[in-house]
Amino acid sequence: MSHEKEQKNISHEEAQKTQNEVPTGKPSKSTITDEELAEAMRQEREELEKTWARPTGVWGWFTDTDHKAIAKRYIVTAFVFFLLGGLEAALMRIQLAFPENHFLNPDRYNQVFTVHGTTMMFLFAVPIMTAMGIYFVPLMIGARDVAFPRLNVYGYFVYLIGGLLLYTGFFLNTGPDAGWFAYVPLSGPAYSPGKRVDIWAQMITFTEISALVGAVIVIGTAFKMRAPGMSLNRIPLFVWAQIVTAFMIIFAMPAVMLASSFLASDRLLDTHFFNPAEGGDAILYQHLFWFFGHPEVYIIFIPALGFISPIIITFARRKIFGYVPLVLSLISTGFIGFGLWVHHMFATPIPQMGQSFFTAASMMIAIPSGVQIFCWIATLWGSKLNIKTPLLFVLGFFAIFVLGGLTGLMLASVPLDLQIHDTFFVVAHLHYVLIGGSVFPLFGAFYYWFPKWTGRMLSERAGHLNFWLMFIGFNLVFFPMHQLGLNGMPRRVYTYLPETGWGTLNLIASIGAFVLASGVLVFIVNAVWALRAGVIAGDNPWGADSLEWSIPSPPPNYNFHNIPVVQGRYPIWQATTDAPIVRGLNTKKRETLVTSVMDAQPELRFDIPGPSIWPLMVALATAVTFIAGIFTPWAFLVGAILAGITLTCWFFADPNYENKHARETGEKSEKVAPRAELQPKEV
Amino acid sequence: MFKRISHAAALRRNVKPAGAASLRRCVSIFLCLLCFSACKREQRQFSTPPATFKSYDVTMSDIRPGVGGLPMPVQNPADQHAFDANEGKRLYSQYNCSGCHFNGGGGIGPALMDEKWIYGDRPENIYSTIVEGRPNGMPSFRQKIPDNQVQQLVAYVRSMSGQLRKDVAPTRNDSMNARRSEQRTEQKTPQQTTAPPQ
Amino acid sequence: MIETTRTIPRLISTLIAALCFASCFSSCGGIQNSINPAGPNAENISRLWWLMFIVCSIVFVFVMIALLLALRKRTTEAADRVPMLEPSEESERRRRNVVISFTTITVIVLFVFLIASYSSGRSLRLNDPTKNGLSIELTGHQWWWEVRYQDVDASNIFTTANEIHIPVGVPVMFSLRGADVIHSFWVPNLAGKKDLIPGKISTIWLQADKPGVYRGQCAEYCGLQHAKMALWVVAEPQEQFNAWRQNQTQQAMAAASDTQKRGQQIFFSTTCVMCHAINGTPAGSNIGPNLTHVGSRQMIGAATLVNTRDHLAQWIRDSQTFKPGNRMPQNNLSDADLQALVEYLQSLK
Repeated sequence: MSHEKEQKNISHEEAQKTQNEVPTGKPSKSTITDEELAEAMRQEREELEKTWARPTGVWGWFTDTDHKAIAKRYIVTAFVFFLLGGLEAALMRIQLAFPENHFLNPDRYNQVFTVHGTTMMFLFAVPIMTAMGIYFVPLMIGARDVAFPRLNVYGYFVYLIGGLLLYTGFFLNTGPDAGWFAYVPLSGPAYSPGKRVDIWAQMITFTEISALVGAVIVIGTAFKMRAPGMSLNRIPLFVWAQIVTAFMIIFAMPAVMLASSFLASDRLLDTHFFNPAEGGDAILYQHLFWFFGHPEVYIIFIPALGFISPIIITFARRKIFGYVPLVLSLISTGFIGFGLWVHHMFATPIPQMGQSFFTAASMMIAIPSGVQIFCWIATLWGSKLNIKTPLLFVLGFFAIFVLGGLTGLMLASVPLDLQIHDTFFVVAHLHYVLIGGSVFPLFGAFYYWFPKWTGRMLSERAGHLNFWLMFIGFNLVFFPMHQLGLNGMPRRVYTYLPETGWGTLNLIASIGAFVLASGVLVFIVNAVWALRAGVIAGDNPWGADSLEWSIPSPPPNYNFHNIPVVQGRYPIWQATTDAPIVRGLNTKKRETLVTSVMDAQPELRFDIPGPSIWPLMVALATAVTFIAGIFTPWAFLVGAILAGITLTCWFFADPNYENKHARETGEKSEKVAPRAELQPKEV
Repeated sequence: MFKRISHAAALRRNVKPAGAASLRRCVSIFLCLLCFSACKREQRQFSTPPATFKSYDVTMSDIRPGVGGLPMPVQNPADQHAFDANEGKRLYSQYNCSGCHFNGGGGIGPALMDEKWIYGDRPENIYSTIVEGRPNGMPSFRQKIPDNQVQQLVAYVRSMSGQLRKDVAPTRNDSMNARRSEQRTEQKTPQQTTAPPQ
Repeated sequence: MIETTRTIPRLISTLIAALCFASCFSSCGGIQNSINPAGPNAENISRLWWLMFIVCSIVFVFVMIALLLALRKRTTEAADRVPMLEPSEESERRRRNVVISFTTITVIVLFVFLIASYSSGRSLRLNDPTKNGLSIELTGHQWWWEVRYQDVDASNIFTTANEIHIPVGVPVMFSLRGADVIHSFWVPNLAGKKDLIPGKISTIWLQADKPGVYRGQCAEYCGLQHAKMALWVVAEPQEQFNAWRQNQTQQAMAAASDTQKRGQQIFFSTTCVMCHAINGTPAGSNIGPNLTHVGSRQMIGAATLVNTRDHLAQWIRDSQTFKPGNRMPQNNLSDADLQALVEYLQSLK
């Protein structure tokens, strides 16, 4: 049986048939007893287990394509980078605690703040948000894996290599020191000798490739692999947020890769993109960078909005108020987010007319944010709330993010921005927006979904302690910074003179940093403890509404035994006792259902590729290319050949034995068909 | 008010940073641990290090480097550090070396980017040339340029004919570029010439 | 559980209290403070600041109150309550109306901000160039400021560093250049900031209405010593300014005493002369600050140290202690030589 034939269109009637056969509610032919049914189901699950088995051991680590395993790796890796970034923040706060402190010398301080910013932006925030998407998008839409599982593996390894590159450099005193934004000419060849900035530029390439890969996967999965019945207007808000983010990544990331590649080429090949004396332009870099840099903020923030909605729905036990406005807000944020970048450049000589446009756009983006906040408050309003740790973090988000958003309005105004731009006021603002808007919801999401990941609950008591330490610590660190900025303290200074009078507020901030850090420590302890001794969670400990809670915790490798047919926006809450399911997928090979974009009508049965070593090999070829590219341009020639070879192997040497075997032996739907009439117990 | 505080505070401040030293130690431990060769090329030394080579007397005799009786070649520490080579490049134009040697092609003074050397191509030769001066117009910068800056200049001068490692040699600067950057200059094999080329 | 949830309002009220505290705090003085304006430019922006601060505070308090009220009903029931999937038409309509009206209010507030911001921005522009009394060219170097006073009469043009004197009540036009990397000129008490970008010339004007000393600092990250790249703006009455300017256009004072002569000798024979200029002497390099009237300056090292004999001596001997990475080398002078050099430099009033 040929591959093409296998993936033939399921005709509409056939799809209807597979759906309609079951929901009649009563077994039409009562020839099958409950025991037989249970046995048949058990056998089927065994087959699925075998088909979707993950390779084990070290080999498995390199070849596994399971989206949950990859996402968990992403999350753990990104969390480790978060801790490293946090340690760097602590070093900075120690240095700034007192005026004229000698804890770090300026050279080291500059590396530390650059690596802190780079880590938090590129190695923590973006990957962890993508990872949440990679884990939950298939589970929430009822798919057996993501759209491109092998590409997913590639994305992870490229990201890991990028992160290791940055930190190897940093520990070898070759950490980039031109800021996470690496403005030319300071980052250019004349003022940043050595390889420090090159490492930054190539690290950007690695992480951006990984982000783009993640985005493509999320879009492909969310648009084409939804369970039947999950039409566009039933997609969970989490998935909507991921889709918007993915589109933003696709449009924003190429700009920064262009900027960093121009920079690398200026530094290595004597090009003059940014050399004003030869017709280049230093401001061009800023445009390219911020055309990415501002959407980046939303790339980090929008997925977090996606965490908030399900948490609010679950703990208010009420349908969300304003599903449509919320989705439209997300989408419009995605669009407007691309029209704001110049507000990072108000102090440069840009015509005032242009600046006014960006002021208006920057203020406009407050409208969708406002609508979302109001809708959430309207959902909470009047509902009986069950205030568990995840919801607590969401409430913390409200307090912090609203404040950060309001200071954002101040920064959008050209005249006011001229005073507070590049001061500690901005440091305060961006941490209010990013920690408040992203990290708090993320911790909420950790508490909320930890049971799904591990099958065990995190401790509520420790969760509350964690929240209060983080909330109080955060405000202690960053609230005084508003004042410092107004008092004239510029950003990115390694020290300040005692007579400036900034000492007290800085000391408060530094103390706060340790309170915040202790909050994170409580989380780590809580997580480690829960992994060993946490309460067993069960499938749906919170009584939540979305599909990921309909399967065991942790989910089996094949995610769904029977792909459900979705009956509403809140699939579990709205599922009837005779809920239909999808039958007819081959259990002998990795197969999932492809549905139409708008209405999620079944279209294809689709072979999902299984474990392969080649994505890792392509990632290594990429690594060789870009790391050697720091030293010699010939690396790109050699790298292209290496990548060509490994990609060829990836596409032609297909070791996906399950699918191949099933194709060759001709095992397909026939065996499955009779079971379609079975009435499953689980939904 | 402002002045008074500032005065007292500044006096207190006149203490050598102890933290910086221990940090540098930490960094060097890392270097040893990881045994990675690229690291030292990134070092940035802001305080004058003890000079590792001093000028030696240049005799205007027939004995020239390369003929015999060579002094032991001495390592110039700045040769190993990208930061120092780049500082050398900055100083080269700021101290107006380019006034006579131009961008290395020579003019009033001899060319520095070619393979011809009149007074030797070794770091200590160039060091002497800068510090002692040479006949026919090369002034002496004794006491005018501190030792570590001379070393940086020496490193840069050698990079002009491609004598430094590629990852140490400076790249282009932000001005009109008259020639390939030092990093992309091919290494020339030094040759001894007897007379200043005209 | 109940105890902790009750602390939410407490904490949020603490936050509000902190906001109020901050507002009292921010009105305090300071010579590098954006909300302690001393000129029309900064005055203008600070008015905008107060408008936005007050409106935003009200919005914040309002949203927090709404949130707290939304948290009134609690439950600790298990998760198997029947979810509310079809709330009553009326409650949905009420919510819709509230959300729509709040959104409308948001839009109105944003329009107010936009108009306020735009009109404030317009008044920052200097429309009447004839009022322009003084023109200064400011060049940012790693890590100090070169200040060049322009004049139609070439003999009145002079260069100084890190200290700008301006007459009170006169708008001063600055043209800004970056010599190496991007810097940003910012004197918070007088005006907002403006970047100095290599290859571009940008302009900004500022005016001081009150005599006094205002500190400014580089606001764009520019490398190792970004933190210690500051300058002083000294605003003084017109006559005082004229006298200062008259003095600055003069050549350096000749060395009078023997010590000073010896100091001058040391200046010419050591590293000093490679970078610094003293007008009226053969020293003419423009790599470092011009030292023609260094004795009259209040600070050294880009406003890092007060200009006293001790500081100057320490600075010359080892400036890397105060400002690691700056371009001035360490100088191994004997004590006597150093004292003579300092004596000479201090005499350059």
